[in-house]
Formats: sequence, structure tokens, C-alpha cells
Amino acid sequence: MWDRAAATAMLLPSVVAIAVFVYGFVGWTGYVSLTRWNDVLPNYAWAGLRTYADLFDTFRFRIDLLNTLRFTLAFLAGCLGVGFTLAVLLDRGLRGEAIFRTIFLAPLAISFIVTGVVWRWLLNPGSAQLGSVGINLLLERAHLGALRTGWYTDPRIGILAVALAALWQLSGYTMALYLAGLRSVPDELREAARVDGAGEWQVYRRILMPLLQPITLSAVIILGHISLKIFDLVVAMTGSGPGFSSDVPAYFMFDTTFRGNHFAQGAAIAEVLLVLVALLTVPYLIYSTRAEAGR
Amino acid sequence: MTRVLRRSLIASAVAVAVGLGSLGALQAAPAGKLEIFSWWTAGGEAEALNAVFGIYHARYPAVQIVNATVAGGAGTNAKAVLKTRMLGGDPPDSFQVHAGHELIDTWVRNGSMEPLTGLFKAEGWTTAMPRGLLDILSYKGDIWSVPVNIHRANVLWYNKKIFADAHLAPPATLDEFFKDADALKAKGIVPFALGDKEGWEAGHAFEAVLIAALGADGYRGLWTGTTPWTGPKVTAALEIFKRMLAYANTDHAALTWDGAGEYIMGGKGAMMIMGDWANGWFTSKTFNEYGWAPPPGNMGVYDALSDSFGLPKKVRDRENVMAWLRVLGSREGQQAFNPLKGSICARTDCSPSVFGAYQRWAMTQWTTDAIVPSVIHGAAASEGWATDYKDAIALFVTSRDTAATQQALAKACVNAGVCK
Repeated sequence: MWDRAAATAMLLPSVVAIAVFVYGFVGWTGYVSLTRWNDVLPNYAWAGLRTYADLFDTFRFRIDLLNTLRFTLAFLAGCLGVGFTLAVLLDRGLRGEAIFRTIFLAPLAISFIVTGVVWRWLLNPGSAQLGSVGINLLLERAHLGALRTGWYTDPRIGILAVALAALWQLSGYTMALYLAGLRSVPDELREAARVDGAGEWQVYRRILMPLLQPITLSAVIILGHISLKIFDLVVAMTGSGPGFSSDVPAYFMFDTTFRGNHFAQGAAIAEVLLVLVALLTVPYLIYSTRAEAGR
Repeated sequence: MTRVLRRSLIASAVAVAVGLGSLGALQAAPAGKLEIFSWWTAGGEAEALNAVFGIYHARYPAVQIVNATVAGGAGTNAKAVLKTRMLGGDPPDSFQVHAGHELIDTWVRNGSMEPLTGLFKAEGWTTAMPRGLLDILSYKGDIWSVPVNIHRANVLWYNKKIFADAHLAPPATLDEFFKDADALKAKGIVPFALGDKEGWEAGHAFEAVLIAALGADGYRGLWTGTTPWTGPKVTAALEIFKRMLAYANTDHAALTWDGAGEYIMGGKGAMMIMGDWANGWFTSKTFNEYGWAPPPGNMGVYDALSDSFGLPKKVRDRENVMAWLRVLGSREGQQAFNPLKGSICARTDCSPSVFGAYQRWAMTQWTTDAIVPSVIHGAAASEGWATDYKDAIALFVTSRDTAATQQALAKACVNAGVCK
């Protein structure tokens, strides 16, 4: 009896705080997005879904959605590919594994702002006066000058250059997830497969990869919601880019709300982002809650 | 209530105890604090602000000046802080704001400011400042802020040596511009240097093209709803800008405006359109081979932007602020501020002798030209409209899609509530 009361008392503050500061403000933002508040002072006249209709008709938002899709695909595929490969290589018991593991994981400790600034320099296209710099200079020195590009200043690359920086930062984290997964697979399973005549490739393809599926799923969820909400990396690295080729919804939201005073439009973008993230995470949450309940 | 009562009791008790003898002096000169809010933190501009503070301090030594600056982002951060303070009922005594619609649409229309028409008349500023500027400062028949400086947005900066070597004169018309550009391009020189990394620079250059295509009245009408954005002249302006972009450096998306200036300095680029802060930049790089002229088709039109200060309602000490505004608008104040800031006086009676060669040229133009407001720099339209305009032109540089851009520009006018 007392235990239960104490537990409730302990939980209550954070429940109230979350109810107000998360769900309360989600609701408030949703309400603002349905008003005509597009000036400094609030205007709560009802606008219905008009702001949303206008939003999907706005060229910048359409470009942003496409950019988000390109960024998410490139970033997810890259992180999963690089992370899995690194994990497999480390799992083979090479010497100095701990050192490599630390090196690969270290970028995770850096903020997106620092990553953005560093990669802005690395991928600087250089100029007519100063010549090439950064990675373009490396390519030039390696006699691969033909491969030099404008990176984030080339509208065809745009957001993919940002994805490259994000990939560098988070592939180590994906590696750690996979490595933990690989280590949790009992050796007996691998040995049994080998006894049955499976080659190394088949062990990975038929035994390890299926067993790692839950890891892949959580990696997709975690990385996916990061990529949908990406903001600081874009701000530090490129800004909107030429023709908005590296613009993202979160940056547009900031720009239109705090520079353009379009509060309703900014709120609408925030709600669209929320729905996108929910589409990704809610099925997973339902699935994992059911799985826990089933136990 | 009781707290207020107690405070005033204490205050009067202190006044009686301390100042019985000097009560006459206290009434004559303003005292207390004056908080001035701005984003002038860099080199010349901070010194310019301090010069005005110096004059104020000499006249009103009892007032303590609080210099509240918020650095960064061309005022973006400062504007965000200002919004919080204004909406929270804690306005600074006076704040820096671009004269014109950035002030009017953000703060005047919702009744946060007091009109200053009386001050302008009492100080004789309605005759000391040009009519075109007063129009920019006015809304519903009243004047709302005191402009401390004037920058010119439409200036064509060029490399004198390149033009002399090619036996060309800086282009006065668009036809001449394209003729010169072809000749320069054939010599391997970038005719039109551009750096549009930050997003606003292309929209800035396009203002000059709009002026060339529409004339001063037509351009002004774009922002008041009398010139249609859907008309053939706007189409023509976009087509001209598209042609100009074909003569720009290919790495423009990686450069800020001073990166484009490097092209001019290095003798690799011939011309660029930028505001007159470029003058200070060239000077700071000890580069002397640059010349200036109105951009092609901009003869006789002065595309202006101005930093100004107003009087918010509910300030703590109104008299101190009025005194501040009187200093800002005075000949002495403007002459102290502008040579350091690299701008010219909003008044037409400043002495040219304290200014450099470029400013002396601009001061002559200021008294004779038709004055139009810059949109990118807050004078012509609300912040929301200016943002939409900036976005549409930034996309145009990459897409070069005239029809879609014109549609976006027209829609921005409708969204701003000016066009139907």
C-alpha cells in the first residue's frame, strides 16, 4: 500500500512535466497550425486546414520533403552497410579490437555542430583564386582531379554531402549495435552450421543476418528519426544550399517562424514532421509492447 | 499596489533626504538609465554607435547608457531577442530596426510604437530629410522612427583596370551591360561576379534588375499593390536576370558576397552588384582599383535602406528616449556616426568634407535621385514577404524557371495581404 503510494508520488512529477511540456505543447502547436497566426502578435482566428494545403503547395516545402527522402535513404543505407561491415571485421577477433572500436565510436561523442563545421571545410569546393582545398585538394594531389566536384554547392549533390557527414558520425554507433548483436549469437549455432557444411558466407547469410534482424530494425528506427529531424548539421554545414538543395523541413520551420513571423506555417511544418516520425516509430512501439506483453 | 506605493514612498524619502539642495538641477536634466538595443558589435559599426553615445553623454551626463547588443546573424539573433522582450512587456528604451516595413509591419501595425511626427516637425527634420525617405518612414500619415544612416543597395562595383584594359566604360544600360559582358567573357574574365551562399544576395541583385525593368514608380508599386507581379515587365526582369546569371562565376553558390569581391580584387571578375558596405570592405583590403556606378538602367534611382530607432510604448523613461532620438537625428549625431559606419547621413545637410570619395558621390545622388525602398533589407515589405521574395529568387538562380518564379513572387504578394 505505502509502496504503491510512494511509487506514484515519485513518478507524478515527471508524468505531469511530460504531459505539459511534451503532449501539452504538441497539442498547442497543432492548434496554432489551424489558426491564422502569421504575424508577430497572435491571431487565433480559425483557418482550418488551409495552412496545410498551402504548405504542400509551397515549392520550398516540396523540395524539403524530397531532400528528406534522399537524405534518409542515403544515410540509412550508408550507416547500415558501413556499420555492419565494420562489426563483422571487428568480430573476427583481430588484434587491437578495443582501439578500433573506440576510434569508430568516437565521432558519436562529437556534436553535429562540430561535425558540420569540419565537413564544411573538408567538402569546400575551393575557388578560382585559392585553388582546391579539402577533399578536392586530396583528389587533385592523387591525380584524380577529374573527380573534383562542387560538393554541397552543386545542386545535384546538395543534401547527399550532408548525408556523408552524418554517415561518418553515426556509422560507428551502428557498428556498436551490430557488434553487440553478433556477440550475443551463441558460438554453438555457428559451429553447428559449420559442422553441417556451411561456408563462411552461408553462416552470415543464413544464420547471423536473420538473427540480427531486430538489431537492424532498431537501428532503422533510431537513425530514421534522427534523419527526419536533422537540423543542426544542416545549419552548421550548408544552410539552405543553392536552390534549396540541402534545405530540410526543420530548417524551413525555423526560417519561416522566426525570420518570416509565419507562426501558423511553422507549426504546420512541425506537425507534419511529428506525423512522419510517428509513422516510423509507432508501429515499432506497438510491436515491442505486444512482444513484451506476450512474454 | 502596496509594493508600488512602498517603492514610491522610499523613492521620495530618498529624494528628500539626498537631494533637497539640488532639486532644481535634477529637474533640468534627465537622469536614470537609457537602454539602447542593437546588433552593432563589429568593427566600424560599434565605434559609430559609441560616437553617438559620446555626444549623448556630453549633453546628458546624468543618464547612464546601457548598451544592449546581441551579436550575430545580421541581426537575426537580435530580432528574436527583441520579439521576446516586446511581447513579454519589457521593451528596450529604443531599438535598432530597418526603417520602413520591417518596423511598420512588425511593430507599428500592432500598436507597439508611438508616432514621432511631432518630433520631426519640432526638430525641422521634415525639411532636413528627403521626401522619398519620409515616405518610407511613414504609415497612416505618421512618422515612426528616426533614421540614423542611409546605405545604398543598388551600386555596381567594377575593376577599373579591367575596364581600362578592355577600352570599355561601365555599362549605363542593360544593352551595354550585355555587350561589355560578351567582350569581357571573350577575354576570360568573369563579367558578373556573384556570391549567393547566404541566400539573400541574388535577391539583392535582382532588386536592381527590377528597378531597371520597371523604373522607380513601377518598382515602388510592386510593394504597394499598384504594379502587378503577374505583368509582362516582371517577366522581362526575370528573363534579364537569367541572362545575367549566365555571365556569373560558376562557384557563386559557395561564396558569400565578399567572395565575389575577391574576384573583382584579384582581377578575375569585372563587375558586381552589392550594397555600399562593399566600399568599406574594399578599403579594408587596401584595394584601390575599384570604381562605382549605378547598375545598368538604375540611373537616377537610389535604392535605400536605413537603420533607425523608434519609441516603443511603455518605456521606463520617455524623456531620456526623446533626448536620444533628438541626438540621433541631429546633424552633429549623424556626422559623428556615418563616417565610421561607412554610410551617409539621412539628412541632406551633412558636411561632405568628413566623408570619403564614395560617400561624397552617394550624398550628391541622395539629394537628386528618386528614392525607393530595398526589400531584402527591410524597407519595402514585411519580414514575411521579404523572406518569401528571398526564397523565390534563391531558387530561381538554380531553376532558371521564369514562369514558376513569377508565380511564386505573385503568391508572396497575395500572402502578404497586399495583392488580391
